Amino acid sequence: MSLQAITYLVVGLTFALYVGIAIWARAGSTKEFYVAGGSVHPITNGMATAADWMSAASFISMAGMISNMGYGGGLFLMGWTGGYVLLAMLLAPYLRKFGKFTVPQFFGSRYYSKSASMVAVICLLVASTTYIIGQMTGVGVAFSRFLGVSNDTGIYIGMAIVFMYAVFGGMKGITYTQVAQFCVLVIAYTIPAIFISLHLTGNPIPQLGLGSDMVGTNVALLEKLDMIVTDLGFGKYTESLPVNRLNMFVYTVSLMIGTAGLPHVIVRFFTVPKVKDARASAGWALIFIAMLYTTAPAVAAMAKMNLFKTVNPAVMTSASVFAPESGLVYDQRPDWMKRWEVTGLLKFEDKNGDGRIQYYNDKSKDAEFQAKASAAGWKGNELSVNADIIVLANPEIAMLPNWVIALVAAGGLAAALSTAAGLLLAISSAISHDLLKENFMPNMTEKGELMAGKIAMACSIVVAGYLGLNPPGFAAGTVALAFGIAASSIFPALMMGIFSKTMNKEGAMAGMLAGIGVTLFYVFAHKGILFIKGTDFVNLIGGPNSFFGITPEAFGAIGALVNFAVAFAVKNMTSPVPHDIADMVEQVRIPRGSKAVDGAH
Amino acid sequence: MTTDGVAYWKAVLGLIRNVLIVWFVVSYGFGILLAPLLNNIHLGGYPLGFWFAHQGSIYVFVVLIFVYSKVMGKIDEKFDVHEN
Repeated sequence: MSLQAITYLVVGLTFALYVGIAIWARAGSTKEFYVAGGSVHPITNGMATAADWMSAASFISMAGMISNMGYGGGLFLMGWTGGYVLLAMLLAPYLRKFGKFTVPQFFGSRYYSKSASMVAVICLLVASTTYIIGQMTGVGVAFSRFLGVSNDTGIYIGMAIVFMYAVFGGMKGITYTQVAQFCVLVIAYTIPAIFISLHLTGNPIPQLGLGSDMVGTNVALLEKLDMIVTDLGFGKYTESLPVNRLNMFVYTVSLMIGTAGLPHVIVRFFTVPKVKDARASAGWALIFIAMLYTTAPAVAAMAKMNLFKTVNPAVMTSASVFAPESGLVYDQRPDWMKRWEVTGLLKFEDKNGDGRIQYYNDKSKDAEFQAKASAAGWKGNELSVNADIIVLANPEIAMLPNWVIALVAAGGLAAALSTAAGLLLAISSAISHDLLKENFMPNMTEKGELMAGKIAMACSIVVAGYLGLNPPGFAAGTVALAFGIAASSIFPALMMGIFSKTMNKEGAMAGMLAGIGVTLFYVFAHKGILFIKGTDFVNLIGGPNSFFGITPEAFGAIGALVNFAVAFAVKNMTSPVPHDIADMVEQVRIPRGSKAVDGAH
Repeated sequence: MTTDGVAYWKAVLGLIRNVLIVWFVVSYGFGILLAPLLNNIHLGGYPLGFWFAHQGSIYVFVVLIFVYSKVMGKIDEKFDVHEN
């Protein structure tokens, strides 16, 4: 069977499975639609949370980013997992005890104010919408590369599938579909990794392979990789830093508290029956996430080695990488390179006209290296490799069988679709419940609300699809913004709502606005106001990363600090919190008396 | 709040503090701040600081959540505030 046919078969089978589950798990009530009836087993919920969390970015892009960044890429690994410790201890059990459907509902009740819940709705909509654009683009890329249809057709098919199970199944349908999607994506990620680890180190477990010796030698794989990259002018793989160590620290904090503050993740903990289950469920979620996240660094390092080995075979031997015959002759490049050149994710430009590929760091500050490179007639790096290739082309680079390539396609789609569905649910419940039911149409019946929820979701799918087809120029920058918003506004306000009995609405709202404000200011200074080109004002704040070398992506943590400081300052200047609210906080802190989640006040 | 309620909350905050100390030390301590120092020690083919940043922290995080969850269950029962 051809690669194309196998891919259609594997992807078709997984899609049939998702739709089948959706029909089996239709939602009949708002409780089932919003929180799957509040009766999901913690392990099942953990698996669904893992699939919800691991997006196209985790599956497709993360290993590539680690591959480029080396040691510094660990900030994604620690940041996107460490947040679950915060979530399990500081937020999940208390929000579950609180017993409502949505995050804005918590804000509305705890801070006794509709405006507080509105601020939360806006943060939620901005964070979720920016996220979903990335998922839809991911669906498009996976379809166009693997199934030979156009990018646009891919997005339409993706929209149709999500529509079917999200609109009819609600949270119940989404949860059980996500369990299936988790299995598909983790298998698809692990199998190529096992093959490659076995091939390079003889150890089938990638997590151990990364710490093993190269097969047939007594040189450790990471040591060899360090030698290869330094030979080609790059910094050491196991030591390279993103800007500086402080920036890595702050960036990790931002991702951790951003993870704990993302509404579509928090809402997962409303679906379990008890407070006790909410605590354990975060642990199960992290186990399932760790399966992929501990494999990713192995994929990153091993794929990098395979790539260098393909382009400049001399790196593996004692021969000089500068020898004229060392670079790969372009006309003899392997088929996978030709296939990926078509997508534009891989580009070759023969700068010195020798017909061979020179892939090295032409911005190296090492004068000796630069001298050798120019002596060898190298006139700049000739190969540009998009980070996404590291995972998507990984099985092809390692020459694995066709069914493995097909599996990776199905896995990428599972990752993108499961996250898109979770986000759509968060968006539609914010609209139908927090906006319509709570603010504009309080007399809506349950049936009416369920219908409104489904219509809101259908509209969100269309908007998400449109944004996927016409991605705004700022799409890439906004994912960082989603974390920045969650970290600087939602996380601190939730924390203070639970851990401070005296925090009042004035303090919380001033804190949120100040946190978001300062974060947006720093991000816009670098990337332009609302990401519009030419409106950046980075020189006014003293040049790029002027705040102690901290990059705009990492700034959410600083925003959170500002949030806390402003909130406590304003609280001390305004009227104290009402007694019944302080009593409510006391009730939220103990597990006894937790009831099934209900949407009513 | 009753005396029991105060003692319960104190026990909870104590547990959270202890978990956060370990959480901070493995990721920010071993994985970032002390990484250059720890890289002189090797765990198989891994420099130790690199291992904490790319592997070790994640394993510790998983263990931490389950330990927290278990100890919280015990605290709940001790103060008789667990769910029925």
